[in-house]
This record gives sequence, C-alpha cells and structure tokens, in this order.
Amino acid sequence: MSQKNRIKGGLIDRSKEIKFRFNDKWFRGHPGDTLASALLANDQLLVGRSFKYHRPRGVFTDGSEEPNALVHLRDGAYQEPNTRATMVELFDGLNATSQNHRGSLEYDLLAVNDFFSPFLSAGFYYKTFMWPKAFWEKLYEPIIRSAAGLGRLSMKDDPDKYDKGFLHCDLLVIGAGPSGLMAALTAARAGARVILADEDFRPGGRLNSETLELGGMSGTDWAAETAAELASMDNVRLMPRTTVYGAYDHGIYGALERCTDHLADGGGKPRQVLWRIYSKRAVLAAGATERPIAFGNNDRPGIMLAGAVRSYANRYAVTPGKHVAVFTNNDNGWRTAADLVAKGLEVPVIVDSRDKPAPIDLPGVRHIAGEAVMNTIGRKGVKSITLTNGKVFPVDALAVSGGWNPNVHLTCHQRGRPTWRDDLCAFVPGGDLPVGMAVAGAANGSMTLAAALAEGQAQATAQLDAFGIKTKAADLPQAEDEPREAAAFWHVRQSKHRAWVDRQNDVTVKDIKLANTEGFRSVELLKRYTTMGMATDQGKTSNIAGLAILAEERGKTIPEVGTTIFRPPYTPVPIGALAGRARGKDFRPYRLTPSHKWAEENGASFVTVGNWLRAEWYTRPGEKGWRDSVDREARAARTSVGICDVTTLGKIDIQGKDAGAFLDKVYANTFSTLKVGRVRYGLMLREDGICYDDGTTARMGENHYVMTTTTANAVTVFRRLEFARQCLWPDMDVHLISTTDGWAQFAVAGPKSRDLLRKVIDADHDISNEAFPFMACGHVTVCGGTTARLFRISFSGEMAYEIAVPARFGNSMMAVLNEAGKEFNAAPYGTEALGVMRIEKGHCTGNELNGQTTAHNIGLGKMVSQKKECIGQVLAQRPELTREDAVRLVGFRPVDRDKKLIAGSHFLNKHAPSDMEHDQGWMTSVAYSPNLGHHIGLGFIKSGHERMGEIVRAVSPVHGTEMEVEIVSAHFVDPEGERLRG
Amino acid sequence: MIIDHPLLGPRDAAEFVYLGDAALIDRPDWQADDAMEQFHSYGYLRDNPAGQHQELWYHEQGDRSWLVVTRNTVTHEITAVELARDVARKRGRGK
Repeated sequence: MSQKNRIKGGLIDRSKEIKFRFNDKWFRGHPGDTLASALLANDQLLVGRSFKYHRPRGVFTDGSEEPNALVHLRDGAYQEPNTRATMVELFDGLNATSQNHRGSLEYDLLAVNDFFSPFLSAGFYYKTFMWPKAFWEKLYEPIIRSAAGLGRLSMKDDPDKYDKGFLHCDLLVIGAGPSGLMAALTAARAGARVILADEDFRPGGRLNSETLELGGMSGTDWAAETAAELASMDNVRLMPRTTVYGAYDHGIYGALERCTDHLADGGGKPRQVLWRIYSKRAVLAAGATERPIAFGNNDRPGIMLAGAVRSYANRYAVTPGKHVAVFTNNDNGWRTAADLVAKGLEVPVIVDSRDKPAPIDLPGVRHIAGEAVMNTIGRKGVKSITLTNGKVFPVDALAVSGGWNPNVHLTCHQRGRPTWRDDLCAFVPGGDLPVGMAVAGAANGSMTLAAALAEGQAQATAQLDAFGIKTKAADLPQAEDEPREAAAFWHVRQSKHRAWVDRQNDVTVKDIKLANTEGFRSVELLKRYTTMGMATDQGKTSNIAGLAILAEERGKTIPEVGTTIFRPPYTPVPIGALAGRARGKDFRPYRLTPSHKWAEENGASFVTVGNWLRAEWYTRPGEKGWRDSVDREARAARTSVGICDVTTLGKIDIQGKDAGAFLDKVYANTFSTLKVGRVRYGLMLREDGICYDDGTTARMGENHYVMTTTTANAVTVFRRLEFARQCLWPDMDVHLISTTDGWAQFAVAGPKSRDLLRKVIDADHDISNEAFPFMACGHVTVCGGTTARLFRISFSGEMAYEIAVPARFGNSMMAVLNEAGKEFNAAPYGTEALGVMRIEKGHCTGNELNGQTTAHNIGLGKMVSQKKECIGQVLAQRPELTREDAVRLVGFRPVDRDKKLIAGSHFLNKHAPSDMEHDQGWMTSVAYSPNLGHHIGLGFIKSGHERMGEIVRAVSPVHGTEMEVEIVSAHFVDPEGERLRG
Repeated sequence: MIIDHPLLGPRDAAEFVYLGDAALIDRPDWQADDAMEQFHSYGYLRDNPAGQHQELWYHEQGDRSWLVVTRNTVTHEITAVELARDVARKRGRGK
C-alpha cells in the first residue's frame, strides 16, 4: 500500500524504507516515523476500538498522552499490550495488532454495545450487577472480566531483560524542549553535571513540531545543534527515550529509559532500565499538553488535537486528510491552519468559538467566529462536520484545540497542589513544589517560545547559584512571543449527540452530569464513579474538561472544584522494569554453606532456610524416598556418629571488659558468672516478655564470648544487640562483630563422635571426658595446625561437639570429617534428621519460639532471672503471661502408634465440642522417630506439665483429621541426659 | 530519602533499617515501683506526630551505627542526624 497521506518535508529519512505489519497487513514507513505517523501515512486512520462502546477510534495525539491509539506490540511471549502507537518508534519488521474487538477491527462484534449506550452510563456496573448476589462470582464477574480491559497479556513469562541503575547529577533537566534545552545548556556551560532526560527519541520537544524560528535558524535546527553541543560535553548525560516518571524525596527522581524498544533486535541488552536519579536540583521543563473540546461524535478517527495535526504535518510529513477543518478556542489552533496551508493542504474552514477577528491572516481559509462544531458524520472516519449555526462542511479530518495544560504532574508528586491561572484557563504549578525543583517553560505557564527560553535559562541559573555554581550571562537566541490568547470553552452545549470527554474510558459529558446528579460531586468521587482519568493516559487530555463540566453543573469555578491528586508514575512503567533482575531465582539472594560443594557431590537435597540453602538429607543408593535417608541419618547419629553443617547459625563475637555484664542484659539468664572455657544455653526475650531467640554462648576468654543465634534471627539479633549497646547502655565497654561467615561450623554427634574427632584434632589437645566435659569449649588445632574452636554442645541429645574452622577450610573440613568417620559408619545428616533428633529431645525451634510464647510456656520460666536487669524481664511478669493454667510445652504420641501426627492440630479434651471455646492448645512440631518407631510431636497444651498420661484429641479441620494422642514428656529420648555427658 | 550520616555523609535510606520513635532510648528503670506501668508505656504507647519526629535508623548496610534522625513526617525533611549513642548519653544513659 502506498503512503497516500505522506506530504513534503518532515524529519524523516526518505532514503530508507521500513516495512512493518499492522493486523497482519504489511505497510511501509521511514526512519523517524512513529507507528502512529506511519499508520496515518498509510491512511490507516482506524487503529482500535474504544473501551466500553467499542467505537472506532484513531490516533488522537502525537505523544505519551494518547488515549486511543493503543496496540499490542510484537508477538508471542514478547507481546506487550496497551502500547501507545504515538510513542513507538518504527523499526523494520515491527508487528502491531489492534486491541479490544471481537472479530476484525473493521467489524467488531462488540460494537453492539454502542447501541446499548443509553444503558451503559456512569455507574452501570454498580447499579446493574447488584443481585442476585449468588450470580456475581459465577456469572457476572467472569463475563465482565472477559469484556473488560483493552489489551491482552501474552500469559507467558516475559523473555525480555530489564535492569536498574543509579545516576547522580548537579542538575536534572526534565524535558528537552526549548526551555529544557536552554536550561541544560546554561548549566552545562557553567560546568555543572547535568542530566537531560526526555521521553521522545529526538530532542527538541515542540520545536520539532512547529515552524518557529529561533536564533536566525529553524527551531528544529537549533534543537539539533544544541543537543549536539550537549552530547559532546563530558559533564552532560543526554537521555532520550527516558521518561522521568516520579519526583521522590530529597531530590530523587525515578526514570524509565527505553533502551532497545526501538530496535528490531535488542542484541541481548536490557529492554528498559529503571533509573534512580539523585539530583542536587532539578528543572522541570515538561511542556504542556493540548486539550480537546467536547462536542457531538467528537471521537471519530480523523478528529485529532490541533497541535498533533501540526506535529504530524511538520515533523512526520503526514496529514490525516486532504481537507482538514480546524476548531479552536484559542490563537494557537490557528497555527495548525497556517501550517497546513503552507504545506499545500486545504483547510475548508476554521471555526473559532470566540467572537473576534482572525489573529492570523489566512487567505483562502474561511473563518467562522463565535460558533462551534456541534456534530460530525462518518463511521470509521469523518465525512462532514455540522456547526452550531447549522452549516455543514464536508471534511476528511478535523483538528481541535481547547487550549494547553501545563504538565504540572511532577510538581504534585509530593502532595503539591496546582493553582489556576485565568489568563491561560489552566492549572500551573503551585508554590509547594518538591524541594529542589524549579519549573520552566510551558510547564510553568510560559507558553510562548521567547518566554520559555528565558525561563529555562533563568531557572538553571538560579538553581546552580543555590549551591555555588556561577553561570555566565549568555545571550538568549532571538525568538518570538507568538500569539497565545485563549478563552474558556470546554464543551458545546448545543450538541445533542454524545460528546466524549475521556476517550480512553468512554466517559461523556452526560456521564459527568449524571454523576453529579447522583451525588458524586467531589472530584475524587467523580473520577472513581465515572472512571474518568483512569488507565494508561491518566486523563491527560480529559481531566480539565471533566472538571470544568462538573464545576459548571455545581455552579462553582474550576479551582473551587479542584483537581484529583497526581501520583507517580507520569506514564505507565512495566512491572518487568520495576522488578529488574530480581525475578525467578534472583528474586532474592541466597547463601551457600561452606560445605555446599561437598554436599552436592554427596547426594544432598537442599532446602531454603532463611536465606541459606542447606542440605536437608543425603540420598544414598537404594533409598526410595526422603524418609529412608532421614531415618538412616537420625539412627546413625544415635548409634554411631553423624556430621552436620551448622554454619548457618548466627555467630556473634563479643569482646570487652563489660562483655559478661552486657550478656546479662540481653539474655534472660546470667552469663557473667560463666567460667572461661564453658558454654551455656541462653534464652533471649523481647522487651514485651515474649521469647525471642535462643542459642548457646561460649566464654572463650575473660573478656571474650562467642554467641550463637538461630539461623532465622542471626541478622535481627545482631541488630538488637547493637541497639542495646549503642542506645541503652552506651558506656559499656563491649564490642560486637558478626562472624557467621567467618567460621564454618560442624556438629559431630553420636557415641562415636569423640573417637572421630580424635583422628582430626591434633593430639596435643586432650578431649577426654574429664579434660573436655559436656559444655566445655576451647581453642584447638586440626589436621596439623589449622586453627579451630571446639564446643561440647548437643542439639541432638547425643554426646556431641561442634567444631569450627575458618570458613575457607569448610568444604575440606566436611570431607576430612566424613573420611575420618568411615570406620564408624559416620553419616552426614541434613536439616530433616536434625529436626527429628531435636523433637526427640524436646528442643525448641522457631515452631515453638514463634513470637507468641513465653519462657513460662516452654517450661523455662525459672530461667528469667529476677536478680538482674534484662530485656523483657519486667513485662514477662505480666499476670496474663504467667497464668498457672497457661499452655505448656509437652510431648505427644498417638494412642494408635501407627498414626501420623499432624502439625497445627488443635487439642481438645476427650468429649468436648470441637470449637475455639474448648481449645486446649496446638501441636507445633511432628516427626517420625526412627529410634522409637512411631510418630512423636511437640505442642502447647493448657497446664500440660500436670497432665502427663492424659489422652486428648488432636483435631485438624484443615486436614479433616482427628485422633487421640497421649500427653508425655517432651524428652522422648534419654530424658536424664546421660548420653550428653558420656 | 537521603540520610546525612554524621560519620559517612549522605547515604540512601535503603541502606538503613527503621525502628521507630527515638523514645525507645528512654528505657525505664526496672526497679521502679511502677516499673510494669512504665514498661507498658515504653513498649506500647507512641506519639504519632504529623511534623517533627525523632526516630531511630540503623545503618545495617553500612557501619552499623544507630542514628537518631529528626524528620518531618509530613514533608520528609530531615533536619538533624546524630549518633544514637551521643543522644543516649545526653539523655543520661550509661552502663
């Protein structure tokens, strides 16, 4: 198909041709085109269907404010919905499809909605789908959902890459129009570090769309020259295709750079980068957005904003038709007529709502003053327009200008409110700007070229001056103050047909009036009731008209009605860009234990524990399921010796003259009395008296302790200790350092553990039971002189040690221990066997210390010392927390020993009803005990310590299970602890 | 947000962990007659001002200093950043 609407001139490269597809039809365009301009060039005015009524719609704007020309871009997993054709740079092989129709774009089956429009008014869903209630979930919602929305997701994983980055600058200039370029140039020439970001791929803003002269050359040339100078400077980062979408605290801005979206093949580079820009100061030069006028059938393809028509003609060498009428309420709209005439196109009529003489003399163009366009005729385009005076003009396109709105959005991201300017009939930035931001050019209501340039320079100068960079006074390029007078004129009252205010959400003048009649009078309510201003364009072209109509209905002024709040993002940001690289396994980092490699080589399966990957069991040949492995490992540790990497436990090195006194404050029990060379179990409380964490702490020297924490709380315990040290007892002589990563630590547990360690620990260290009894600790060497620490502690309940070596020896230490253990049939064990053995011994973990239980509950109430001050001690004594009939930690076994216990079951007395009122407690941990041959459990039950032998019911409504269990001691294995001391 | 660390200069708030009201420094005397009352207030009752607020931030991804940051909760303006240890000493805390 030929580019029938292509005209002369423009900033496109006619020497090259680009082939692209729209709805499976091939078209041609040129480098420099957007998808929108290329579609217009090929006379493809119909681009999509509207949201609610499925009306034919076309390109309406030339920028990111586009409400209607939304398409699916690319295909397969790469498909992206709701892409604005006005922002898509054309590339070879581009594939786009239209959205929101059943059947073809030309013959959309859902266009039937348009005939039902009298019923589909504001609040239709709220009013209609009220009853019967049961219909909602099964019937109404699925139907509405299938019909709702515009684009469709690919429903596949996004194969594109996204990244994030950080940038720093003295001055961030947002927008590379005349004002932004001038601001950036002023700052850059003064030596400041400048970032200039613009959403367009070509710097210049409106200069590329207008025929204005500047400094004796065309505005386009000036923009290109200025951008080239900026690009050549080391202190400037020019960022085209970059939208600054949010203004955050302390001079931080969010920006989205579209890096490879304009390329057929991204070459493996990230598609988009989300930047966080740290600026000392910023100049917002975001320009202005033109707004339409509401009149009957004002939504047909071929009806466009006047500035956009100008932009397509001047920049893209494209016209939506050969006979383009203009409808305006301001001087600026006249420029469209002038530029089109200059391009040799016919402008049959310019309708100006103001009853005043022509601001520009345009021979051959009929000027009708004081009238308006009331209706249009056509189906997939415009055939004619009807004026309020009844005159009909055949046209094939209509350019509409209702004036311009400064883009104040970023000035409001910190709750700033814009103020109304009567002379512009528009909101301009208010006084409460984000700290460090200044506004220049059209964004600030300086609507003419000369004023925009001057303000860009002045704001940059003032911003740099604020932190001591002096700019040289440079002459501004010569430019004119073009006529810009405007009048308030929002909608054509005489229109009898539906007049669209919000083209993206199909909100009409009537809908707004109806919402007001029904009581939705606040502008925020109006937005939510009618959906005006929602979705991808956030009402950039519609909000003001909506407010004006609401104000009119309420008999108020627009500033009295106010605006809705502008929030980030300015334009849509893909979720993929917000996620960056943090997806899949990189969603969050994970850590490997020192013996990970050995474990991998020896059949380990891994499980995530906190942010660590730990071996959960080691499968040996012939084992059919995980239970085979776990049972074997638990038995090996009880009968011979087992080895487990316990590096993940937090390790905190505590030194200083007051180290012991400090530990007394942070632990419920006492540590200052602990002898050097001994270890003690410690229980830590929260300040509210609830159990927080537990572990062992070893006294390695007079002023040197080594604390262990649970894996899960390693980070937060350290944080809390620092809080206690710096904020509560700042004069204590104590210092902390986390050594979790410094030492690889292994539990060696079982009756043969000492025999095994004797082969590894150098012979000059006596580890006999007499010299190194239960709860001893000390420095040793292994394998002929390697530094190590030995602790005689036991989580398994067996005679056991933990041996620590510098982390870099961790993997070989694991190998050495297992090699040395071969003669004893030693088995490495994982977290599952570890869990089985601790349940057999009634030791607590996170299941029991779950943030709801006290020392009293776990049977360690006496451990909370009353003789000294410690965190949590006072509130732990609250009556409710120390009730005699409080739940206590005990053991449970099924009465029918073949039954499997269910963690999370609640306990109920034998004949009590199964409800919360009769709840007696809950099961926290269960395991199959290979040493006992049946399932065992730990749990909390009221006064459990006094109920040994009682039979209760364990009920889990979630699993639909109920069984009888017997209350027993939590110490299933070796209750006297003889093995520990052996 | 950017926090001007007294030792390290301006740092992104993302490097810090937030705790809350700097009143947490004023831990009551455990031996006071009304210790239970006092600890209850200390643990559970906080002012929630719209405006100036002294609060505790921990430079976890940095030098592990606890800081007292004076921040306006409405504007996020930070007017003072001190080492919590210095504040604690000024408020009479010792060993």
